[in-house]
Amino acid sequence: MLSVKGIEKSFGGLKALNGVGFDVREGEIKAIIGPNGAGKTTLLNIVSGIYRPDGGDVVFNGETIQCLSSNEIARRGISRTFQHVELFGNMTVLENVIVGKIARSGCGFVSSGFRFPSVRNEEHVVKRKSEEILSYVNLTQRRDELASNLPIGEQRILEIGRALATEPRLVLLDEPAAGLNMRETRSLGDVIRKIRDELHITIVLVEHDMDLVMRISDSVMVLNFGEVIADGTPLEVQKNPKVIVAYLGEEGEIPRGYHAHT
Amino acid sequence: MKKGDSTAFVLFVFLIVLFPLLTESAYTLTVGIFSGMNALVAIGLCILMGYAGQVSLGQAGFYGIGAYVSSIVSLQIGISPVLSTVMAMIVAALAAVILAVPALRLKGHYLAVATLGFGEIIFIILNEWGPGGPSGFGDIPRFGLLGYTVHTASGYFYLIWGLVALVMFFSLNLLASLSGKALRAIHDSELASGAVGLNVARLKIKVFILSAVYASLAGSLYAHYVTFVSPSSFSLFYSILVLTMVIVGGITNVWGAIVGAIVITVLPELLRKFAELDVLVYGLILTLSLMFFRKGLVPIMIDQMRKIRRFAVAKR
Repeated sequence: MLSVKGIEKSFGGLKALNGVGFDVREGEIKAIIGPNGAGKTTLLNIVSGIYRPDGGDVVFNGETIQCLSSNEIARRGISRTFQHVELFGNMTVLENVIVGKIARSGCGFVSSGFRFPSVRNEEHVVKRKSEEILSYVNLTQRRDELASNLPIGEQRILEIGRALATEPRLVLLDEPAAGLNMRETRSLGDVIRKIRDELHITIVLVEHDMDLVMRISDSVMVLNFGEVIADGTPLEVQKNPKVIVAYLGEEGEIPRGYHAHT
Repeated sequence: MKKGDSTAFVLFVFLIVLFPLLTESAYTLTVGIFSGMNALVAIGLCILMGYAGQVSLGQAGFYGIGAYVSSIVSLQIGISPVLSTVMAMIVAALAAVILAVPALRLKGHYLAVATLGFGEIIFIILNEWGPGGPSGFGDIPRFGLLGYTVHTASGYFYLIWGLVALVMFFSLNLLASLSGKALRAIHDSELASGAVGLNVARLKIKVFILSAVYASLAGSLYAHYVTFVSPSSFSLFYSILVLTMVIVGGITNVWGAIVGAIVITVLPELLRKFAELDVLVYGLILTLSLMFFRKGLVPIMIDQMRKIRRFAVAKR
C-alpha cells in the first residue's frame, strides 16, 4: 500500500534521514521506533507532505506522492496526528471533527453565503457523520466543549477522530501515547486496534511506549541516526542485537541516544 | 446563520427601516450613511482578521480602488454607476489575489507590514496617476437604475444600509457554514488544516478577495454619494481607522464590526462641542475603552446578557 524508498533528508549539515526505505502492507499496524532524534517524525512529515525529501520516493497505492502538498496527500487518503497535539483549540470538539470532513464536501463561498439548499443538505450530512465519529471514539459527552479544554488524553483521541473524518486509507500516528497514563494508553491501544479491525484502515505508528508497540503492532521498524537498523515482527526486532545496542549501548560504552521513554 | 444571529438580523433590518422615519435631520442621516460605508469595510476586515487570522493594514487600498475605478469608468465610458461598481469589485478582487501572494508566506507583523505596503502603493498610484492628482476630481454621477436616481438622504441611507444588511446576511451564513469553519481552522492551525486536506493557500486567497470586494463596494458607494474623490481619503489613516472600528466593536464577532463602525464614525461628531480638544477626548475614549473592554463592545455585551440570564434562571 505504502512504499518508501531511499529517502534522504538533511537539515543544514545534519543528515536526518539517510536512505530510509520500508513497506506498509494494507491492513497492518506498523510501528516505527528508535531513540530520540532518530528521524521518526521527519519520516512521517515526509510521508504526509509537510517536508519534501532531498531524494527517494514515496509511493502510495501506485502513485508517487512526495512532490504533492499535504492537503493533496490528505485527499488521497493519508491522514495523521501530531506529536505536539495540533487541534483547532478555539473550536468545539464536534467542530474539530467537522473540519476534518470539509475537504470531502465541496462548498464554495458563494453557495455558502446565500445558503443554497444543497449547502444545507451537505451540512446536515457532515454534522451527522461527525457525530457518528465522536460516538465511535467515545467523545460524545464532550461535543460542545472547546478542544483546548480537554485533558491531553482526550485531545489525542480527538485528533484521531479528526483524522478518521477525512476518510483515510492510511493513518499516521505520531507518539499518540505521549503524556498519557497507563489506563489511557491501554484504551488508546484498543481504539487503534478497533480502527484497523472494524474500519480496515492501515496504521503507521511512531511510539516510545514499548508495551503499546509490542501489544498492537504487526511489524516494527527501528530507526537509528537516520538509518533503518531492523524491520520485522515485534519478536524478531526485540531479539535483534543491533536494536539492543541502539537502545542500551554496547557493553562498557556510555549509552548514546538513549532516553528514558521505555 | 446561527439562531442568535438570525434574531439579531431581524432586529437589525427593523432598525434600518425605522431609523430614517424617526429623524428629519439630513445631518443625522449623513452620519448614518458614512457609518454604513465604514461598516462594509469593517465587516470584511473582521472576517479577514478575527475569523481567518490574516492581518491587513491595506484595506484603504481596496476602498480606494472601489472609489476610483467606479468613478473613472462611469465618467469616461458613461455607463451606469451600478455596473461600474461591479467592475470595480472585479478589479479589487484581482488586486486581492496579488496581495494574497505575500500573505501565503507571511504571518502576523510581517503580513501587517506587507499589506501596509500594498495600501501605500495604491495611495501613491492614485496620487500620481489618478485624475486631478492629489486634489482629486468631481462630477461623479450619482447612483441610479433605469432612469431613477437616488437624490434624497433617506434614499441613500436605505440604499447603503440595505447593502450592509445584504453583506451581513451573506457573511453570517458564510461564517456559520463549513467554509466559515475552514476559515477559523486555518486561524487556529495551518499545519493541521493542511493535514485534514484543506487547501490553506486557496482559502487565504478567497478570504482576501472577500474583504477586498466588501471594501471596494464601500468605496464605490462613497464616490457616487460624495460625487468627489481625492487620494487623501484612501491613505493609511483610513486603514488604521477601520482596524480601530473592528477592535473597538470586538474582533471575534462580525456584529462588532458594525457597532465599531457606528461608534467610531459617530464619536467625532458628538465631540464637536469640545472644539479643538476633540482629538484629545477621542484618543482618551479609545484608550480607556481598550483598557477596560479589551474583548470589544459586542462580545462584552453578549457576556453580560448571558450573566443576566443565568442570574434570572438562578433566582427562579
